[in-house]
Amino acid sequence: MSDLSEIISRNEDAIRAEWIRDMSMSVQRTDLISKTELDEQCRALLTAIVAGAKSSEVADVSSAAWKVAREILQEISASRARQGFSPREVATFVLSLKQPLFTAIRKDLAKSQEKVFEAVWSATELLESLALFTTEVYTVTREELISRQQQELLELSTPVVKLWDGILALPIIGTLDSARTQVVMENLLQTVVATNSKYAIIDITGVPTVDTLVAQHLLKTITAARLMGAECIISGVRPQIAQTIVHLGINLEDVITKAKLSDAFALALDKSGRMVTRKSGAAGAATNAMLPGPINKREG
Amino acid sequence: MERIPVLRMGSLLLITIQVDMHDKLAMQLQDDVTQRISDWGSTGVLIDISSLEIVDSFIGRMLANIAGMSRVLGAETVVVGMQPAVAITLVELGMSLPGVRTALSVEAGMELLYGAGAGFKTGRDDDPAEA
Amino acid sequence: MRARDLKREGTMTQPRRETLPLKTSNDVVFARQKVRQWAIELHFGLVDQTKLVTAASELARNALDHGKGGQMVIEQVTNGARAGLKLIFEDQGPGIPNIEMALKDGYSTGTGMGLGLGGSKRLVNEFSVESTPGKGTRVTVVRWK
Repeated sequence: MSDLSEIISRNEDAIRAEWIRDMSMSVQRTDLISKTELDEQCRALLTAIVAGAKSSEVADVSSAAWKVAREILQEISASRARQGFSPREVATFVLSLKQPLFTAIRKDLAKSQEKVFEAVWSATELLESLALFTTEVYTVTREELISRQQQELLELSTPVVKLWDGILALPIIGTLDSARTQVVMENLLQTVVATNSKYAIIDITGVPTVDTLVAQHLLKTITAARLMGAECIISGVRPQIAQTIVHLGINLEDVITKAKLSDAFALALDKSGRMVTRKSGAAGAATNAMLPGPINKREG
Repeated sequence: MERIPVLRMGSLLLITIQVDMHDKLAMQLQDDVTQRISDWGSTGVLIDISSLEIVDSFIGRMLANIAGMSRVLGAETVVVGMQPAVAITLVELGMSLPGVRTALSVEAGMELLYGAGAGFKTGRDDDPAEA
Repeated sequence: MRARDLKREGTMTQPRRETLPLKTSNDVVFARQKVRQWAIELHFGLVDQTKLVTAASELARNALDHGKGGQMVIEQVTNGARAGLKLIFEDQGPGIPNIEMALKDGYSTGTGMGLGLGGSKRLVNEFSVESTPGKGTRVTVVRWK
């Protein structure tokens, strides 16, 4: 297929110009990518295609000869995926090379119809393989982007609150899967260190179901906190959850659980050597005496 | 050979691990601690691992061993300052160090060993109060 | 003696890889530090770094203690747009007769709690063990960013 590589080499500038011209405005996206950058990318890709087409592994796009072309396409596709190009736009970038190639082939091999057909066929197969590769890379990049956004969302949705000096609360809302547990654990433990808090109340009122897996995730968090020297109290255990825990035989022996957050808070205060008292009677009377009107007058 | 220093503060032994230990160093520390408890009649051992960025199963076992051996010799051990990433990794590894008491800081560790308001102990006490 | 195959200005076409011997307990420490260095360069998060370095420590120690010494290979890998680190631990030791059992927590043929293999598996994304009793063992792990 040295024919194809020669044809491209000979007509490189013309092909590239036609390629870019044919790329509709929507594929060019001058709002996202400059004309010079686009020209550079097309030039680099064509050179890589020539190199690949020259080699003996001309048909196999996954072979070593096509490595440079793959890497260029990888970069182009990944950066476009991140920039927000649509999948169609990215694939069209490669596929719109067909027409200019065919034009060059027809011109160079005009004498033999047989050769023209062969060359067109090879070029078609080649471009389609490259386009497929490009689309694959695009998909992977988008998935990565989405998972990163999910991660950020996770971090935002599990705030750690300081209830008192040395006492933290972590209200969990929504399901607790393994990915979320990682984020929750990291967040909680870092806050424990930063605030030097010995007690962390994990409130699961907002967790819809607690099965063995969720329990495992919670236990991991509790164990990690304990290793650091902090103690966790679980609160917000609903009656149904309590039943599920017992039915599943989940062992929460070493874990303190409370039905209400307020109970957990009271416990943490107690454990940290504090108690809540009412203000003394004298202070109360003074406040009352400051109230104008009937209450005072009723004395008589 | 280099050793991890074991400092004495009255009845307390204070150990700060700041280097990436190779196995022999870890074994040496175990020996040193038990020897010192025996020599000085220490009743408390405080191991500060706040500088350790890695605790693998070997180091974990070392900590558990020190806690166990010390207890047999009449001393209580507290490990303090474990970093969050280390704690998360240890749990994933499957180690929960059940026999090892922990605290957030050296201060908290001393409070755990000798009670609230405890600072430097002169070593005359027979029974250190535990919080 | 240490083979340093590190190409700092790794171009896109050459996979970066480095081989370290695991002959002494100091080598285990050095191996940890190398893995940490690589992980930092690739901008792994702190927890990911710690998990990978800890797994490396476990497996390096295994190769040394049970495998009678061997080597570790660090290699940067990519999967589409993802970057990752691959570690290969090889030794010519007695091998592991029953890999399935060895992966279960608490199993060990020697002293210690035997958590190395099973525990390490949980610290990485990909994990494979090949072992022939009498010939040696190779453990390959990958952690993606």
